[in-house]
Amino acid sequence: MELLAFGDTGWGDELFYATLMTIAVAITAMFIGFFFALIFTPLKLSKNKFLNLIANSYTTVIRGVPELLVIYLFFFGGSAAIMFVASIFGYGEYIEINAFMTGAFSIGIISGAYSTEVFRGAIQSIDKGQFEAANVLGLNKFGKFFKIILPQTLRLAIPNLSNVWQITLKDTSLISVTGLVEIMRQSYVAAGSTRDPLFFYSCAAVLYLLLTFLSMKLINRLEVRYSRGY
Amino acid sequence: MDFELMINSFPKLLSAATITLKLLSVSLIIGLFIGLLFAILRLNKNIFLNKFAYGYSYLFRGTPLLVQIFIIYFGLGQIEYLRTTFLWVILKEPYWCAIIAFALNTGAYTSEILRSAFQTIKPGFIEAGKSLGISSRIIFYKIQIPIAIRQSLPAYGNEIILMMKGTSLASTVTIMDLTGVAKYIISTTFRPVEVFIVAGGIYLFMTFVIHNIIKYLEKKYSFT
Repeated sequence: MELLAFGDTGWGDELFYATLMTIAVAITAMFIGFFFALIFTPLKLSKNKFLNLIANSYTTVIRGVPELLVIYLFFFGGSAAIMFVASIFGYGEYIEINAFMTGAFSIGIISGAYSTEVFRGAIQSIDKGQFEAANVLGLNKFGKFFKIILPQTLRLAIPNLSNVWQITLKDTSLISVTGLVEIMRQSYVAAGSTRDPLFFYSCAAVLYLLLTFLSMKLINRLEVRYSRGY
Repeated sequence: MDFELMINSFPKLLSAATITLKLLSVSLIIGLFIGLLFAILRLNKNIFLNKFAYGYSYLFRGTPLLVQIFIIYFGLGQIEYLRTTFLWVILKEPYWCAIIAFALNTGAYTSEILRSAFQTIKPGFIEAGKSLGISSRIIFYKIQIPIAIRQSLPAYGNEIILMMKGTSLASTVTIMDLTGVAKYIISTTFRPVEVFIVAGGIYLFMTFVIHNIIKYLEKKYSFT
């Protein structure tokens, strides 16, 4: 227990901040994922074959390739890409991008592929009559989407989005390879300096269990809220 | 685009892919047995066994695979007692540590898949067996298990693909699997995009093959 003391003698505060970092990365990644889903879901549902192909290759590639490989691509390729753009503007110095942004972005792209599939499934399972009814009521495009389609989509999507959240939360452990100090990285450092890996990795496991447990509780409440009237 | 590098790294990555496949197949086979065992425990009426199986699956599904590998590879070696037993022969090898972690992880997911498959079997099938005077053991082996396997094929196919992606974590404990070799080539040549295309292509090809095998099995064993 001494090992977990807060302050300079123990690793308690370090692990606490690392947990906050994990939550921050997971939430940022989830929102980046929503952003990607917002772009790719309409492409998936579009009647245009070419747009379909773009969206399908995004979800297929991301869901068929290991997360770690995607992270390595952005970790090694991210700063190179930015440096290339900078060199066009005559800036030749080495640029290092923030580990947080690299991590959140690569996990976000992965999470986005899963979210896209979830939203596609939810929109497709909305009854055709709802679209027709909205047209009959004379709602414009925005009203139709925000007042009729979106609330129903959310209700159908929340249980599956909670799975995506769990995947995203667990995937954040992988960005420890880029050196960002989240739960996994902090445990690795602590295990190395105290030579007590069993204890610190068990702590990491408990922290992740706590996060998944608490988020399940929260999501269940959200689910009840969005199912009002059913 | 450095096409020469792509062509040169292809054979290296392909031979690393065999290690990925080896890790995948061994852990899937062990995981299937673990999954079946825990699925049966979950359906048991004994509350202690039931809770134990639930705890197992909750623990392994609620924590990242990376934590599980690290606990087994770095953590277990710390227990002095383990070093004196024959288990140490297995646990000092990163290869076996990775397989143990993968098998326990996929076992947890498989147990959930099989459990829900067992629970969705129509009672009529079991009643039909009973009224034919078949013993409950035979009903289990000849009626419940085959139906459950058929029911769980689509979900299990997804689990195989997820596990294939999971084997990439073996590279974090020094195993040179497909991702491990890809990372090595990236960090020596600084050509992430090219290597990603080749390695990702191999992974996608494996996903494609697994997907089609499952689809074929689903068609073959459908009983509707």
